Amino acid sequence: MTRRRHVTTTVNGDPAEFLCEPGTTLLDAIRDELGLTGSKEGCGSGDCGACSIMLDGRLVCSCLVLAVEAEGRRIETIEGMAEGGELHPLQRKFLEHGALQCGFCTPGLLVAAKALLETNPDPSESETRYWLAGNLCRCTGYDKVIRAVLDAAAELRQARIPA
Amino acid sequence: MTQVDYLAPTTPEDAARALLAGGPASRPLAGGTDLLVQLRSGRMAKGLIVDLKHVPGAIGVRREGGGFVIGAATPGIALGEDDALVKAWPGVVEAANLIGSTQVQGRASMGGNLCNASPAADSVPALVAARAICIVVGPGGRREVPAERIAKGPGETSLEPGEFVLEFRLPPRPARASDAYLRSIPRTEMDIAVVGAGVCLALDGAGVIVDARVALGAVAPTVVAPDAAAAAIVGSTLDEAALERLGAAAQAACRPISDKRGTVEFRTRIAGVLARRAAVIAYQRAKA
Repeated sequence: MTRRRHVTTTVNGDPAEFLCEPGTTLLDAIRDELGLTGSKEGCGSGDCGACSIMLDGRLVCSCLVLAVEAEGRRIETIEGMAEGGELHPLQRKFLEHGALQCGFCTPGLLVAAKALLETNPDPSESETRYWLAGNLCRCTGYDKVIRAVLDAAAELRQARIPA
Repeated sequence: MTQVDYLAPTTPEDAARALLAGGPASRPLAGGTDLLVQLRSGRMAKGLIVDLKHVPGAIGVRREGGGFVIGAATPGIALGEDDALVKAWPGVVEAANLIGSTQVQGRASMGGNLCNASPAADSVPALVAARAICIVVGPGGRREVPAERIAKGPGETSLEPGEFVLEFRLPPRPARASDAYLRSIPRTEMDIAVVGAGVCLALDGAGVIVDARVALGAVAPTVVAPDAAAAAIVGSTLDEAALERLGAAAQAACRPISDKRGTVEFRTRIAGVLARRAAVIAYQRAKA
């Protein structure tokens, strides 16, 4: 039996630590050790994007990262997206547009969409579809998701214009 | 529960020692987009994972001696963010950026793509066409290996125990030179190449091709770089006759299998088409 590892990291701005086996995925550690169950396991092989998180500012599938690799690094999950009780504009627009049905893919889609808008505040529909190609949704047919992201992008651009 | 152990060495010597000590069950880790899938599927049930990302040079792009040096574990997305690299080697970058989704691009590396040794690896034909040299580090020190000599067959490399690819070196670019990579997949995104074609070429002032290299993926157990395909266009201005010779030479080099993604006949035919189209794109880029 291999020795459990102690990992010190930052999760949604707060210091965090956990113990894990060397072969444990970061997704399992986030869910089972840190109790943050917003990130989902759909496929476990990097195809569905339901486990999307930000690792040191990069969008990744947490099922394809070892938990031990998170040592000293910065993790952002869906749980850090709303500020206090206030939903992020993307979350609000997903609700307004009905961009979800079962909701299993939603945390991953929101994290990935936020990463897109941080890179590109004014994405075209085509750019948005390509960026989100790694997030599978079996309910919505994607159209409402894309509309919600583009609408949120427009609102965020408006908010940036100084009064 | 998997019985694996993990080390993150911070020098190339320590990484080589760890890989050697771990024996045949040890595996280097770059972006992990193949390795973690193998871990989960039970194909790697035990052994030592040696994370290369803390080894100096393994991540990042730098200019050296007029060429580029790319850390083998550099994630694809970082290659696309390097404007100078994109300008000099658009084919290499577009090939690396075709691998997987945005999420996968945040981790997947050309070193992993090469050493996973899939015949369909997207970045490999582009690296071979570019005459990329791999800096291989191992217990015996460093050696330089052309990219096409790493894969020996599906899932099998020529690396000795304890060896790993630390960096890729792309040669200095002459004026009027460029490259391109195209692949065929049944959908628009997120798929494995049925055929891939990388073309790298250089022109003289009159637009005559003075140097070329053509590499094809997913049409043989390893990437092939037929000299006849390059010779078919050298000395030409990529006129229709040259393109026809190129297509025929590319097809002649194919030794594909039939599988659910494509038959022998389909792959062979498409290889000719993609080689021609990639050559046209590389030629236009070189002239621009």
